[in-house]
Amino acid sequence: MSTLVATEVPESRSLSGFRLAMLLPGAMVTFLLILFALGLVLFLAFRGNDGSLLGVGLTVENFTTVATDPLYWTVTLRSLVIAGLVTLATVVTAYPVAYYLAFHAGRRRGLLLFLVTLPFWTSYLLRVFAWKIVLAYNGVLNSALIESGIWSEPTLAFLNTPAAVVVTLAHAYAPFAILPIYVALDTIPKSLLEAASDLGARPFTAFRRVVLPNSMPGVLAAALVVFVPTVGDYVTPAMVGGPASTMIGTLIQSQFGKANDWPFGAALSVCVMLVILLVVLVARGADRRFGSRT
Amino acid sequence: MRAEHAGTKRDGRWLGLYVLAYLVFLYLPVLLIPLFSFNDSIQAAFPLQGFTLQWYATLYGNPALSGALANSLAIGVVAASGATLCGITVSYMDLYGRSPLAVTISAIARLPILIPGVIVGISLLILVNLIGLGPSRIAIVLGHILVALPTTVVIMRSRFAAIPRTVREAALDLGASDWTTFRRVMLPLSLPAVLSAFMLAFLISFDEFIVVFFLAGTEPTLPLYIWSQLRFPRSLPTVMALGTVILAVSFIIAGTAEILRHRGLGAARRNPA
Repeated sequence: MSTLVATEVPESRSLSGFRLAMLLPGAMVTFLLILFALGLVLFLAFRGNDGSLLGVGLTVENFTTVATDPLYWTVTLRSLVIAGLVTLATVVTAYPVAYYLAFHAGRRRGLLLFLVTLPFWTSYLLRVFAWKIVLAYNGVLNSALIESGIWSEPTLAFLNTPAAVVVTLAHAYAPFAILPIYVALDTIPKSLLEAASDLGARPFTAFRRVVLPNSMPGVLAAALVVFVPTVGDYVTPAMVGGPASTMIGTLIQSQFGKANDWPFGAALSVCVMLVILLVVLVARGADRRFGSRT
Repeated sequence: MRAEHAGTKRDGRWLGLYVLAYLVFLYLPVLLIPLFSFNDSIQAAFPLQGFTLQWYATLYGNPALSGALANSLAIGVVAASGATLCGITVSYMDLYGRSPLAVTISAIARLPILIPGVIVGISLLILVNLIGLGPSRIAIVLGHILVALPTTVVIMRSRFAAIPRTVREAALDLGASDWTTFRRVMLPLSLPAVLSAFMLAFLISFDEFIVVFFLAGTEPTLPLYIWSQLRFPRSLPTVMALGTVILAVSFIIAGTAEILRHRGLGAARRNPA
């Protein structure tokens, strides 16, 4: 680390000590914990599994397995579809809330912002657990439907479905989507909207041609913040998804647990990171198209 | 207040109803946990049975639970301190360090937000095994520093950026060293942000499960304890009692932070432009 710091040109004698002290914690954490740890995953992904910590040899076999075994295609595709649906559902349902906050909330804005972000402060595990209570065979939804006479028999159709995973994750990540969209909407100059209405635009036209394009950076940021953690999630699929909604995070986790094939788990992780990289690049491109920040 | 340019009042009313429905969607499932924690039945289902406090009684004097709680608190304080220290130094050097290295560090420090928790967990698991540490409390602290780092860097960066550059330049012109300027001028000016970065990092660590799942040795944190209990139907009411306590404490902390924030903004609020 010190060699990296020494290349800096010190402005005065006291500066170098200051710089070293100020750069050291961040350098240790970023270079050692982030870059080195991710480098280890990449390295391990090209190793064969012999039960040892860092594997053996140099091989692309892990990747050919991922590419050729239909199981991994199915699970990867399913993860992308579920994470995509969660992202879509979260962003679409969050947008009107953010819109109301930015343009209609008035004096209630502070309170409403607090209320929509409050669930973020509570346990993620408990929020997922709450949905399990709602959807279970002898759970709240079934018992409420039977109590009210709408249903005569409890149904198994709620829990252990991909739909349960989508609803639960959309609920868990809602606060993450509302905030970036609200921030983007709030920075739109109100004079733009006045100009649109002066020029004869109807409210819907003004929304479609002025508000929506200007809020796209926020929408894309929200989509990323929801998509990244959901695509690798294994808690929600395990608790409310059942075997039909196994996601890639579950597979990675089991490689490091039950299956004890770390190199293969590392290869799966590298594939997930590549997918996320692709999504980030697409989002960047879309962001640029909407003419926002570079 | 703000005129409603973006739509008519009628639109606002419909949107208001939508927001109300959305809040019901957000809160209803969460509020079921306290509801059923007082229900005299193993089953979380309607109709409600009698009112009971027995599930809360089972929380008291449970050594596994208090051990997990103590673990979570200790790990939360250490990890939040580490993440806040890194957040302060990384963002300060990013803004004032005038070096590509500092800018690079800052960019990488915000990277974990683009890495799913499961990958943060396994990459650290490989690392701590390689250096001979293995799954342990130190491993969890490292993991939680990483998870909280983007948050602390973003908070500290925006706070440092909001301090006029002339303040720092004046201090340096008046002969203060970099250390003195940082310690006596810049740090005190950003103290509220330091506190909120620490609080957020602590809450993130306290609640984190996906990363900790890989790094925990023999001593679980509170979320791991809850996870282990969720497998047993008999212990679900106890989990709900515990969950209610956690919800109540989180709501109180978040509410207090919000009230304090408003007090700080009070003067500006009373004289709106």
